[in-house]
Amino acid sequence: MRTFKGRAVVPGACTAEALVSREGFNTLASYQMALMFGDKKVKCGDQNNQDLYKKPMAGKALCLPMTIGSTTGGMVLYAACAMGRQPACMLFSKHIDSLAASGAILGDVWTDVGMPVVDQLGDEFLQYVQTGMTITVAEDGTVTVQ
Amino acid sequence: MILTDEQRALLEGEKGEVMAKVVKTLVMYGETFGAQRMVPVTSQYGHTVISFGLGVMKPIYDLYDTLLGGDLPKGQRFTADPRPLDDKVPASFLENLVFKKFMYNQQARYEAQLEKLGVTGDDGYTCTCYMPQVGNTPQRGEVLSWAESSAVVYANSVLGARCNRNSGIIEIMGSIAGFVPEFGLLTDEGRKATWVIDVRCKDRPEPQLLGSAIGMKVMEDVPYIRGMEQWLGTELTDGAKDYLKDFGAATASNGAVGLYHIEHLTPEAVEMGESLIAEGARTWVVDDETLENVRKNYPVIWKDPAAAPKLCFVGCPHMSLKQLQDWTDAVEAGLEKNGRQQVAVPTVFTAPTAVIRAFEKTPYAARLAKTGVVVSYICPLMYMNNPLCKSKAVITSSNKLRTYTSAKYYTEADILDIITGKEGAR
Repeated sequence: MRTFKGRAVVPGACTAEALVSREGFNTLASYQMALMFGDKKVKCGDQNNQDLYKKPMAGKALCLPMTIGSTTGGMVLYAACAMGRQPACMLFSKHIDSLAASGAILGDVWTDVGMPVVDQLGDEFLQYVQTGMTITVAEDGTVTVQ
Repeated sequence: MILTDEQRALLEGEKGEVMAKVVKTLVMYGETFGAQRMVPVTSQYGHTVISFGLGVMKPIYDLYDTLLGGDLPKGQRFTADPRPLDDKVPASFLENLVFKKFMYNQQARYEAQLEKLGVTGDDGYTCTCYMPQVGNTPQRGEVLSWAESSAVVYANSVLGARCNRNSGIIEIMGSIAGFVPEFGLLTDEGRKATWVIDVRCKDRPEPQLLGSAIGMKVMEDVPYIRGMEQWLGTELTDGAKDYLKDFGAATASNGAVGLYHIEHLTPEAVEMGESLIAEGARTWVVDDETLENVRKNYPVIWKDPAAAPKLCFVGCPHMSLKQLQDWTDAVEAGLEKNGRQQVAVPTVFTAPTAVIRAFEKTPYAARLAKTGVVVSYICPLMYMNNPLCKSKAVITSSNKLRTYTSAKYYTEADILDIITGKEGAR
């Protein structure tokens, strides 16, 4: 078990199974088909992401370096939150990017969904965490991996 | 963040609860990136990335209804990304049914919302709003509240305007408020390059591949790119701008690049040269082998990877007038060489409505029509956002379209060979 301390961009607490992308997470490519066709498991549709392609994302602790790609990214995350299809939490090894931050903030301000978002967990976090591990997030941005 | 008295009053609800939430969103957005203050949006127009009324994205349009019902001040007018539907683009009966009855059944509702919020009109629907025929061309140094990754990277890099990679919805909120948080690409420090890219290719690199390679390498950082002068020159000619449009779109879709500098070419690089390179910047060399490796690793997710192409899209981002004309010449020449009258694969060139109108005033339009190529204002990405397209062998010279859909990427030369029916080309 290891503990990492990050910054709580959207504070909150949760426990969930880790789903790890070691490369940039393309929000639009990952979500578009799943949201458009009502896939409740929200399987990742990004053919370029070898870590996540076709894996279910709903309710997982999504661990990633940052998001990339289309500037619809924040809107897509907001839509996922509003439709109840969001990850349990989003955990960034690097400083959160502007699109993911937008999605997290829109979800926080404009919906009732609580999706904790923590960034700056460090490269070591992403090296250590593996898909399937159990993640616990605390309000202050402390992330426990076991 | 330090707010002015007026901004604080808005945050505290002086203009109602909805406006307070708009400002709260912008404040939280800024504080996440350490912004110290808000700065006025100084461009004439905004640009929104959301142009589609997707049935399943109803929460978005409900949010826009909330904004419209919030008695907000009249915000900045704006352009929007291309529309998702055009009857001119080939589609089967089943596809048309899926598009109109299921997928885009919120289109009329959403366009009505955009009209109330201030979209500039029919000509405003394009991802290349900065083209002169469209008229949303910001000046150097202007602060923008835009989204659309390819437009943001173009505005920052080629026009020298200042805009962060804002998300859809956030950009509209900036246009409504008239101010945006000052951080990242709005600051001098944030515009410095943390990567130096040395391009050492034998021939002019394909813009889509070079952009893809650099985007994947630098992710959201700012690259300073050397070695392009031999192909692009030192003047921002129409040809150079077209190259940078397509190059930038690939950096922004395969990475998260919001600004690049091209040595001796883009405005800030011309003025400031290597002083734009941040201390400790990393260096990376790109050569032909790098680009070939990038191309080879693009996955092909067609149901039958060996299928014959059924449809071709060129123009993601939308094409310029010069590109339409150059492609007309090239298609004609290719058809003649291959002994054909019309293209061998149904082909759609996409461009802004205003550019299509200008094109139609030239003799090129009739010549292109004769080849069988269709010209449309559609967003090919939106067209392909349906599962039926997975079993349809669509080809494209756009890396952006490839990234988000099942379309297979080919270089421009290969696309030309395929659509003009060169023997053995596929």
